[in-house]
Amino acid sequence: MTKLMSLQDAIRKYVKDGDCVYAAGFTHLIPFAAGHEIIRQGLKDLTLARATPDLIYDQMVAAGCARKVIFSYLGNPGVGSLRILRAAIESGALEFEEYSHFGMISRLQAGAAGLPFIPMNQTAACDLEKSNPNYRRVSDPYGGKDVVVLPPLHPDVAIVHVQRANEEGYSHIWGILGEQKEAAFAAKHVIITAEEIVADDIIRSDPNRTLIPGFIVDAVCEVPHCSHPSYTQGYYDRDNNFYLAWDKKSENQDEVKQYLDEWIYGVKDRQQYWEKLGKDVHDRLKVKPRLSYPVDYGAY
Amino acid sequence: MEYTANELMIVNAARLLRDGDTVFVGVGVPNLACNLARRTHAPNLLMIYEAGVVGARPARLPLSIGDPTLVSGSALVCSMYDIFSLYLQRGNVDVGFLGGAQIDKYGNINATVIGPYDHPKVRLPGSGGSMEIAAWANRCYIMTPHQKRRFPERVDFCTSAGFIHGQGERQAAGLRGKGPQAIVTDLGIMEPDGTGELIITALHPGIQVQQMKDNTGWDLKAASEIRVTEPPDENELRILREELDPQGIYR
Repeated sequence: MTKLMSLQDAIRKYVKDGDCVYAAGFTHLIPFAAGHEIIRQGLKDLTLARATPDLIYDQMVAAGCARKVIFSYLGNPGVGSLRILRAAIESGALEFEEYSHFGMISRLQAGAAGLPFIPMNQTAACDLEKSNPNYRRVSDPYGGKDVVVLPPLHPDVAIVHVQRANEEGYSHIWGILGEQKEAAFAAKHVIITAEEIVADDIIRSDPNRTLIPGFIVDAVCEVPHCSHPSYTQGYYDRDNNFYLAWDKKSENQDEVKQYLDEWIYGVKDRQQYWEKLGKDVHDRLKVKPRLSYPVDYGAY
Repeated sequence: MEYTANELMIVNAARLLRDGDTVFVGVGVPNLACNLARRTHAPNLLMIYEAGVVGARPARLPLSIGDPTLVSGSALVCSMYDIFSLYLQRGNVDVGFLGGAQIDKYGNINATVIGPYDHPKVRLPGSGGSMEIAAWANRCYIMTPHQKRRFPERVDFCTSAGFIHGQGERQAAGLRGKGPQAIVTDLGIMEPDGTGELIITALHPGIQVQQMKDNTGWDLKAASEIRVTEPPDENELRILREELDPQGIYR
């Protein structure tokens, strides 16, 4: 059954004011186009969950979409601070809930596996445990040391960008896998954005590369260049210049507003955004191919 | 040869890595230290990145911890849950690199907040992977410029555990890793003594004990014998400048 629809329709149908949204991807495959569409549709009071909020949530917070963030590393990766989020937390304007990376993805793993809680070994760094009441300790029923436990995270919607998917949502992902699979299984609804929609035969030619099954997917959207300024392995490079420039731009509210007006409200969709970036940026982000050696599944 | 404070720290941190170590690499200066070690005395260094990359051989300097160059040509890519559970928690990581805004007398690190947690004076990025790296990597190294404000007697917030309040507390908490083994600064190197307190064990050429004491927020002790580090050599500096960081981003 085809689940193909436009990204606009998918956001309209599956993201509601007040929802908990998990836009997945650890540095790689961050679905910026979906974040921009949420901003354009004026969604409010969202709880934005991501291990690394990255620029996508900095922009969504700047646009007034969020009530709360859930995170484990509040930085602009390799650059410095996420200035908008940081200011909103320092001033008390934004609620937040904080974990370590392992805590954050363990919550997703518990959600994905249908568990009531998930154990982790102690780290002796107790201040975060004391600050976030979701961290608890339980005794080991087999007599070992107490373990630290966290409850599952079940986002209302996970948005997962992939290299290629079929119309049902079976998705191939390669490169950094982050928490893509766990976020999809943990969420109540799943929106897949794909660089390419491909025939079922292509997915079935390499089933070990399929991370997400179609039956947990609600919508499949063809969105080439969805990740910019993040990247899609093998398709286009990370726009590090953008990440560096955002550090300066986000110091100034007027410049942030101007960015939102020009690059988010001022464009209709990702295609227009990509065209507006222009040839120099396209050329800068081009990657040379590096093919893997083919595998032989055998014809049985 | 002339060299910068960063180059001095990178070279000295690189020399702490042993051939065959499995190292959890962070971005920035630790990334340079690991790649330098692999190109000099530790060709069998296995580099793991928290994004889920094992055996990375980056062809360019990665700006972020999730750069695509880490993946192309690596030996294995897995999920983040796998990297933190199967690799780190299970005990398959020899070395972790850590950093933070504050490091205290017992090697505890604050990367979370200056001031109260709920009403922060400065909100920092937070743990990322460092809470678990500090607990479970066999040995941890810290690289940081030597400034008084970075070395208080006690951290405002303990993002990742060193020796907590002193040696013995790590074992009591059941942590498998041995904790911070060296803090490499631009003045020298501090290592834990028998009680878990960081003391001066090495100074870079031309640096005096008093300089290090003056730039530390607790009454810093010195080891009975203090080593003077070898300055960065021509080959190390050439690899750093020509191969690893040709744009001089971390010079």
